[in-house]
Amino acid sequence: MKINTASVPLPAWLEVVVIPILNIAVALFFAGLIMLAIGVDPIEAVGIMVRGALGSDYAIGYTLYYTTNFIFTGLAVAVAFHASLFNIGGEGQAYIGGLGVTLVFLLLDRWLPAVLLIPIGIGAAALFGAAWAFIPGWLQAHRGSHIVITTIMFNFIAASLMVYLLVNVLIQPGQMSPESRQFDESAWLPFMHEFLGVFGLDVTRTPLNLSLLLALVCCVGVWLYIWRTRWGYELRTAGQSEAAAVYAGIRPKTVIVSAMCVSGALAGLMAVNEIMGVHHRLIMNFTAGYGFTGIAVALMGRNHPVGIVMASLLFGVLYQGGAELAFDVPLITREMVVAVQGLIILFCGALALMLRPWVVKVWLLFKRPESLEPAHA
Amino acid sequence: MNSGSAALADGGIVGTPGKTGDGATGDGIDAGSALQLRGITKRFGAVVANRGIDLSVRRGTIHGIVGENGAGKSTLMSILYGFYQADEGDVLIGGKPADIRSSRDAIDVGIGMVHQHFMLVDTFSVLENVMLGAEEHRLLAANAADARRELQRLESEYGLSIELDALVGGLPVGEQQRTEILKALYRHAEILILDEPTGVLTPQEADQLFRVLRTLRERGVTVILITHKLREIMDITDTVSVLRLGEMVAHRTTADTSMGELAELMVGRPLQSVNHLRGEDLPADTSLGIDVRGLKLVDADGAIRLADVDLSVRRGEILGVAGVAGNGQSELLEVLAGIRKPSAGHFVINGREASVEDLPDPSSMRELRVHHVPEDRLKLGLIKSFSAAESSVLGYHRAERIRWRGLLRLSTIRRICRDLMERFDVRPGDPSLRSGSFSGGNQQKLILARELDKRPEVLLVGQPTRGVDIGAIELIHEKLVEMRDAGCAILLVSVELDEIMALSDRILVMYEGRIVGQVAGRDADKTELGLMMANAHESS
Repeated sequence: MKINTASVPLPAWLEVVVIPILNIAVALFFAGLIMLAIGVDPIEAVGIMVRGALGSDYAIGYTLYYTTNFIFTGLAVAVAFHASLFNIGGEGQAYIGGLGVTLVFLLLDRWLPAVLLIPIGIGAAALFGAAWAFIPGWLQAHRGSHIVITTIMFNFIAASLMVYLLVNVLIQPGQMSPESRQFDESAWLPFMHEFLGVFGLDVTRTPLNLSLLLALVCCVGVWLYIWRTRWGYELRTAGQSEAAAVYAGIRPKTVIVSAMCVSGALAGLMAVNEIMGVHHRLIMNFTAGYGFTGIAVALMGRNHPVGIVMASLLFGVLYQGGAELAFDVPLITREMVVAVQGLIILFCGALALMLRPWVVKVWLLFKRPESLEPAHA
Repeated sequence: MNSGSAALADGGIVGTPGKTGDGATGDGIDAGSALQLRGITKRFGAVVANRGIDLSVRRGTIHGIVGENGAGKSTLMSILYGFYQADEGDVLIGGKPADIRSSRDAIDVGIGMVHQHFMLVDTFSVLENVMLGAEEHRLLAANAADARRELQRLESEYGLSIELDALVGGLPVGEQQRTEILKALYRHAEILILDEPTGVLTPQEADQLFRVLRTLRERGVTVILITHKLREIMDITDTVSVLRLGEMVAHRTTADTSMGELAELMVGRPLQSVNHLRGEDLPADTSLGIDVRGLKLVDADGAIRLADVDLSVRRGEILGVAGVAGNGQSELLEVLAGIRKPSAGHFVINGREASVEDLPDPSSMRELRVHHVPEDRLKLGLIKSFSAAESSVLGYHRAERIRWRGLLRLSTIRRICRDLMERFDVRPGDPSLRSGSFSGGNQQKLILARELDKRPEVLLVGQPTRGVDIGAIELIHEKLVEMRDAGCAILLVSVELDEIMALSDRILVMYEGRIVGQVAGRDADKTELGLMMANAHESS
């Protein structure tokens, strides 16, 4: 019996849990084939990956540290997506967010207490990130310049700008490496092991810091903003249909600019993790591809905060587990790990719906009597 | 009129295999029919679009298929033309089973189709359009010579005259349709299916089409007419079948039935016809809800969309704007709703003066108690992926009553939506359902509910019953009349003349961006309006 499977609705637990798990399984299957081809036992390799990512508090700390970055950049892409804008400038926006934190701290870190410096730093990261996204947003809204092109260009501009500033302006005098001076300790965001130590819990030292809590707060905030406020309503309306937005008294131009600013601010907050929480100074290229991975995270997470957290965790596991794998097994290089990550993105993103028709057919076998009730065509 | 149809003793049941007088064989095959469907069933997931359809159409007759939107007519025709394959059942052409898997197969067995939305290339000539896809030689010139000869023969035989070298894009709609018919005949169609052919025609062009169809019938071509317009069924068909909710519920000989019976069969219950027109005239000093002076609109390509339009609508009156689609009515609505900026002119809407420099935007319009039911409900009126509750506040999402400290009060929104759904009979009455999954009629009722709920003082309505089933049409018309009686000034734009004539106290006709005629509602005459719509009336 021929069915148009795309039009059959599946219950949420199938769409959101089972199908993604199946996708990951297929990806890992192909990854396993590659590993077999180079002479590595795939089961053992997956075991090393999972243990390396989740097997100790050291592993979990690193995994969650990576996860924090992905949550910020994933949220950034997702917010813009709801307005039908493809913001791929997360790298640049995060980088410039870091610049904002640095400038503010270099100025104020010796004068103000931590209780003021931390919020100011967070605000600066968001503000500078938003500003970097504002220009492409304005150009799209008022000149029709395509956001994809302008945001990518702004990534390059940010990279060049930061190289210039780090080498010529912000570099600590007398130092060789292009970094700013280290911030005063009152400007440091507490590490998680320090924070937990206050409660008597002894965990291994990792870069994981309190910015994870900020990331989770942002998830709630984004969820409220998109689905529970009238600005989010206007954003989604304009994203779905510009004509309907105009009909409803919404100004699409305003929505485009504000969506990009919120998106840029979220990307900028990634600097709170890296600059305020880990390095405590501005270093070159701290964004290291997190901005781009944020796109995959948003897509896999279906642009919803819950999905983004799960996808961020998955990528955190991949990054940390992959690092362990490359370290433990000499045959597996860093590039190989990237290939595995690529396969996961392929099967969970581009080919996310590839298995759906079969899942529908199996589902219908079990649900046949009720689902084929006659309905008005 | 009934050449070729079988007259039956049992009064009116035509087309059920095995029951016809001549040519029926034991296994249900009717050898005298041009087209026969047996037990056609088609499902899309959980939806049964066609269920067990039996149909038999005799050669050389005009057969009508009626049904509401969503009854399954388009699916059935798509199966005949090879766009879909039926899940069960078979198709017999001339008594022989036919396996139709593509439009090529359909054409090979002699089926030709004229779609509701023409499949023509505007930048090609009539000749090139007819040849497209049916070329026999590799070089175009050889094909063209053959085609020209054949077309000239067809034109004289069937009485269709079109300039073969004219570009299709420049032809009037009626001639474009004739090009489509020629395309089918060129491919030796013996069964011609027309899907809602008169939606884009003036009454006069529709009459011309029917003349062509009658000629085709005389030459032995079988014509199947799919329409929801019962008047046309009564005018031209020999036999008619009624589809309801995916099933064939009745076959009738046209001469033995009536519009009323067909309407009841389509809907499944008796309908009443109501006269909506206002009983007495409004007092002469009634204030104006809308007053338009010298409105002009030139679009980005330099085409004149509105040329010096003057009109006024009093409170408590419905002004109907008639005309074939594309003559400026849509632009008129858009300008008055604040969605589009005019090039010149000014208007006063519910007391607020508006001009090119000072055009209120749609949210200001709503504050002025001017509400707008858009022509294109899927593009403007709703967001398909939003829930019904979210769509029910489109345009009103900033209201105080649904806000709480910056957040939207979803429970209040849901409650309001449920209330709207109940008052306007929107089914199913579930605010959490996706807006896109409601039927056209229910979507339209939801939009209307949203716009009428706040008792607007001026209402702009475009195509309120397009794609809406008969039951919903009744309710929508009632609600509009209710608003009028409460003193609302209503500007109604519709391509359905019947609707305009049923509701309007005054009727304007637009042609190429200007008002070319005006009549009082109760003096309206369909022929006269038709002539105005084509700008062919006496005082033009």
